[in-house]
Amino acid sequence: MADEHYPEDLKYHPEHDWARVEGDTATLGITWFAQDALGEIVFFEPPAVGTTISRDAAYAEVESVKAVSEVIAPLSGEIIEVNDALADAPETINDDPYDAGWMVKVKLSDPAEADALMDVGAYRQHLDEGA
Amino acid sequence: MQAERAVTIFEKSHPGRRAAMLPPLDVPDRDPADLLPAAALRKRAARLPEIAEPEIVRHYNRISRRNFDLDSGFYPLGSCTMKHNPKLHERAAALPGFSRLHPLQPAERAQGALELMWNFEHALAEICGLPHVCLQPSAGSHGELAGLLLTRAYHEDRGEHRTKVLAPDTSHGTNPASVTMAGFETVKVATNERGGVDLDDLRAKAGEDVACLMLTNPNTLGLFDENIEEIASIMHDVGATLYYDGANLNAVMGISRPGDMGFDIVHVNLHKSFTQPHGGGGPGSGPIAVSDRIAPYLPVPRIVRDDDGRFELSTNEPKSIGRMRGFQGNFGVFVRSYAYICSLGAEGLKAASETAVLNANYMLARGREGRVGKYLPVQFDRTCKHEYVLSAAPAKRELSVKALDIAKRLLDYGYHPPTIYFPLLVDEAMMIEPTETETPETLDGFVEALEKILAEAERDPEFVQNAPYTTPVRRMDEAAAARNPVVTQDLDALS
Repeated sequence: MADEHYPEDLKYHPEHDWARVEGDTATLGITWFAQDALGEIVFFEPPAVGTTISRDAAYAEVESVKAVSEVIAPLSGEIIEVNDALADAPETINDDPYDAGWMVKVKLSDPAEADALMDVGAYRQHLDEGA
Repeated sequence: MQAERAVTIFEKSHPGRRAAMLPPLDVPDRDPADLLPAAALRKRAARLPEIAEPEIVRHYNRISRRNFDLDSGFYPLGSCTMKHNPKLHERAAALPGFSRLHPLQPAERAQGALELMWNFEHALAEICGLPHVCLQPSAGSHGELAGLLLTRAYHEDRGEHRTKVLAPDTSHGTNPASVTMAGFETVKVATNERGGVDLDDLRAKAGEDVACLMLTNPNTLGLFDENIEEIASIMHDVGATLYYDGANLNAVMGISRPGDMGFDIVHVNLHKSFTQPHGGGGPGSGPIAVSDRIAPYLPVPRIVRDDDGRFELSTNEPKSIGRMRGFQGNFGVFVRSYAYICSLGAEGLKAASETAVLNANYMLARGREGRVGKYLPVQFDRTCKHEYVLSAAPAKRELSVKALDIAKRLLDYGYHPPTIYFPLLVDEAMMIEPTETETPETLDGFVEALEKILAEAERDPEFVQNAPYTTPVRRMDEAAAARNPVVTQDLDALS
């Protein structure tokens, strides 16, 4: 598994999800903290391309050796791509949560929502407060 | 990974070996093709292992010695109530009138069995504080499904269509699964700072569209919800039913009754609270007890007694949800659990629950000191009931040793580990339920083993991370087993 780290260029959601916003699209995934809490991930169930997702609501499921958990959307929009490689290698989420372990790409319905997400400093503070 | 790889009985097969010599055929030898339709004929002979009796005995004996069970050692598996199964119950269940009874025997020739079931239903009704009992469901989860189907039948009979079922975030995973199977939607209710139901959240979610609240009390944190009367009144005010998950009934037998708390439907895990070898695939049983308003919908057949004291199976219940399974349920389990209730009596059952609670609190108190208290603190620090939940989060943070590692190392000390990573609410959870049938020496020994393991982790975390060392199979690759399960054997590859 990867060492603990939180990239500077990402936006963070309190439910331990990240978003890499590029114009009116964003790539989504879960943070190092989330994958560490889950343990070894054995299954990732993505939404279908074309699905509409809403901020703060579940859009996918991950199953680890401990439990099945919902993945919460940090932003709203429509799924335009899912990371098919995770179907055969869900452990990529553990190994590389921010790059190869990305989950979905979304066309944002309201790019301004990103302003409400945390930057890395605020997210680290959120973790320190025992999130 | 294994010191000595386990072989299947097929790998021991040798052509021509036999465990029995059959006598000469004393009826005409007929070709099966003359007797059976073509579709029912095998295309090739069944691949059965060919092996002599001593090798069969050794094979299964060897497998059994690789197992860990309650007769081998302490098994504090939280929420599973691994209590001692008195051997007397096996004698009762083996009585020929019980063990050789065919489920299709007509009622008039199974009066003794029906009388036992009738008496047993009444004993469970008294323990639950609810007057009507159905013994059919074959597991706790099966009782949950029955209870939710009853809830739906009740609401629909009143012309109401309700779609949601509330369950706390501490609930057993079977609760939301049963809700989905019964066609409802689960809505999670938050837990308050004392480990009980968050009443504000419950009030916000309780509405006319809610069919039922499923609650375990004491809950999976081992804590009794002090607000149970308020919870019941909130749900009854919106017309919902209350379902009691009886997994933790071992904490309250003869002390408090779900019916008195306001519940409408209860399932009882006979294999937990009322003794039954389980956890190795042995048959379970999850009878349900219900209130008057739910009784018309109970599964059929019902056991009825006529004026002359004769017992019959009645299907004449027009509002019934129907059968939950074939025949009457796992009858052998009823005999054992009824024997248990008769052996202990009302006072004995109460004493069993009191001792189970005392044992859990004794272990909890002992674990407040030393390394256990430092690295495995209890999250909700209250007097617990029959079980309690520790968090290995400090051990993970400070020693790099997770709940899983500690559980694996406990195997080397001769203990079955507690339930881990449940309830989900507690980070790195370890859920410990000692039960009433363990001695103080055993309880001390387990807490001391935890202390020693944490001392080992302080010296050398890697040593604990690589445990177990003494088991027939070392650390399993659980992720690989989940990703790529191999559950069959290719017999052609053997020969």
